Parts: sequence; C-alpha cells; structure tokens
Amino acid sequence: MAVDLKMPVLIVDDYATMLRIVKNLLKQIGFDNVDEASDGGQALQMMKLKKYGLVISDWNMQPTSGIELLRTVRADADLKGTPFIMVTAESKTDNVIEAKNAGVSNYIVKPFSSEILKGKIASVLGQF
Amino acid sequence: MDRIKSSRDLSQQLNEAESVPSHNLGVVQQVVDRFMSQWPNNRGIYLQLQRLADFITKTRSELSSFRPQEMKEQFIPKAADELDAIVEATAAATHTIMDAADVIMDIAGRLEKADSDKAMAAVTSIYEACTFQDITGQRVTKVVNVLKVIEDRIDKMVLALGELEPLDQAQIEALDLAASNPAFAPEAPMPEAPAPSSGSALHGPALPGQGKSQAEIDAILSGLEGTP
Repeated sequence: MAVDLKMPVLIVDDYATMLRIVKNLLKQIGFDNVDEASDGGQALQMMKLKKYGLVISDWNMQPTSGIELLRTVRADADLKGTPFIMVTAESKTDNVIEAKNAGVSNYIVKPFSSEILKGKIASVLGQF
Repeated sequence: MDRIKSSRDLSQQLNEAESVPSHNLGVVQQVVDRFMSQWPNNRGIYLQLQRLADFITKTRSELSSFRPQEMKEQFIPKAADELDAIVEATAAATHTIMDAADVIMDIAGRLEKADSDKAMAAVTSIYEACTFQDITGQRVTKVVNVLKVIEDRIDKMVLALGELEPLDQAQIEALDLAASNPAFAPEAPMPEAPAPSSGSALHGPALPGQGKSQAEIDAILSGLEGTP
C-alpha cells in the first residue's frame, strides 16, 4: 500500500524546538500536513477531532505523558489503529518494553537522524 | 527523659533523639552528660563517652563553619537560576539557528539539483544537531532536581544545628512527648526524579555508555530481547 504523504501527522512534544525540528524533518521526508501538540492531553483532543495517519510523540511531558496518550489511544475503539511512534530520550530497557507492551508501533531514541526517522516511519507505514 | 538504666536505655534514648531533627545534637550531648553524672567512677565508659561528646561538638562546629544557611539562601538558588538561564538561552539560540536554516532551505530550492541536494543535506544536519536543545534541557532539569534534594538536606542540617544552647526542662519534656509521636519518622528516602505519570520511572537522557542504543532498542521491539 502506497504511503499517502498528504495524510495528517500529529507530533507531540513539550519542547517547542523539538516540535519545529521534527516538523522540518518530516517536511524534508515529504510529509507536510503536520499538526503539533505540547502534551498528551492536547494531542488526544486533537485526535478526537481529526483522523491522523500517524502520531509521533515524546514520552516525558506534563501533565499527560506520551505513554499515557499511547494507552488511551490503544484503548479507544476509534483511535486504536493509529500508527504511533515514540521519540524520546528514555533509553532504558524498562521504558522500551513498557512502550512495546502498551502497543507502540516503533521507538526512536533521541538524538536521532532524519534517516532514522524516515526508516522507522517506513517500517510502520510501508516504503515511500 | 528517664534516668538511664542500661546501655539499652542509652541506645533507645539516642534513637529517640535522632528522630527529632531540630534537637538531636543537643539531646545526644545531654544523654551523654547524664550518663556520665550517674556513673562518675566507670572510667572506661566515661572516656568513650567523652570522646563521643567531643566528636559531636567538633562535628557541630565544623558543620556550622560550612555556613549552610548561606549555601541554601544564596548559592543554590543562584545555581538554579543560572541553569534556567542556560535552557532559555539555548532555546532562543536554537530558534535563531533554525530561522537561518529555513532561509538557506528556501534559497537551496532555487539552485541546480546537485547544489540544492548538498545544501538540503547540510540543512538537515543543522536540524538534527538542534535536538541538542531538548537533550540539554532534560539534563539541566535533572541537575535542578538534584539541587532541590541538596537544598532539602541542608534545611534538615540547619534545623539540627539550630539548638546550640543546652535544652531546658520544658524542652526535654516536649522532646519526650515528641519522640513517642509516630509522625517523627526516620528521614524520608531521597526522592527519585519526578514520575508523575503511570508506569516506569523516567530517567531522561542517558550518559554515554549507559542506556540502550537505537539498534538495541530495535532488537527489543522486534522481540529478540526482553519480554514479548
């Protein structure tokens, strides 16, 4: 199945610089329909209003973290199928396994390259 | 405080004294004084206790010379402010760098393909490098949390040093009452980094050589390592 580069992508991070970086890297990869949220709660509200083809989320955010967002999404009948990539500085085995058990589609550790981002998106959505 | 009847009583009284941070040093001294006045002829114990008392006095004086109040009121808040300023400055500079990268990217789009590709690759590198700001911010936040723990410990030390004069009878009676109060639990454990969300504790960015690499994380996810 071809990847629709026009599909809406939601990026979630509490650092404005990181949102901007991910948005720009996505643009260079080919995705330019990108929305931003600064925590899991805001992201969930946005997901209820608009169907996103991919969510790329940080883990450590206040008040609602990325892992809580992931669990809520996976437990929601309408949202549970949304591809969800965690992008985080957390690199301990416990964290990776917890995200995996919560149903994460892929996991990128910060700092990361544009190539890694593209590769992980391709492994989740298919080649593009 | 009752008369000391045995070494067991002594250790019990010392334990009680330790559970009341604002008075503990003074009370230890008092327990020792009392013990010595009751058994003036037991020279061995007397000498040991005298050394203990001297050690306590010396420690107290050394701790005072660190000027913990000054540390708490000036140095630590200043260090925290400086660290906050670092995070703000790196955020502002990162945005400036990315503004410039955006301009270059626009211009690169108008160049011949070979040059355009090179310029785009360079801009991508700039964006990738800018992730340092997020990592730096998280590391600094960790340090600020450590400073808060130090501040808390200094608070307790200042409290313990507060009673430099010997206690009067009313204070001793209050202390006996307080020592039997379960609210005076032993010192709280060192707080972990805040983990308000459910699930595993968060550790922030790992130091070089610690934490998992992207390749190791890929292996965990694909089920080659860890639980399914």
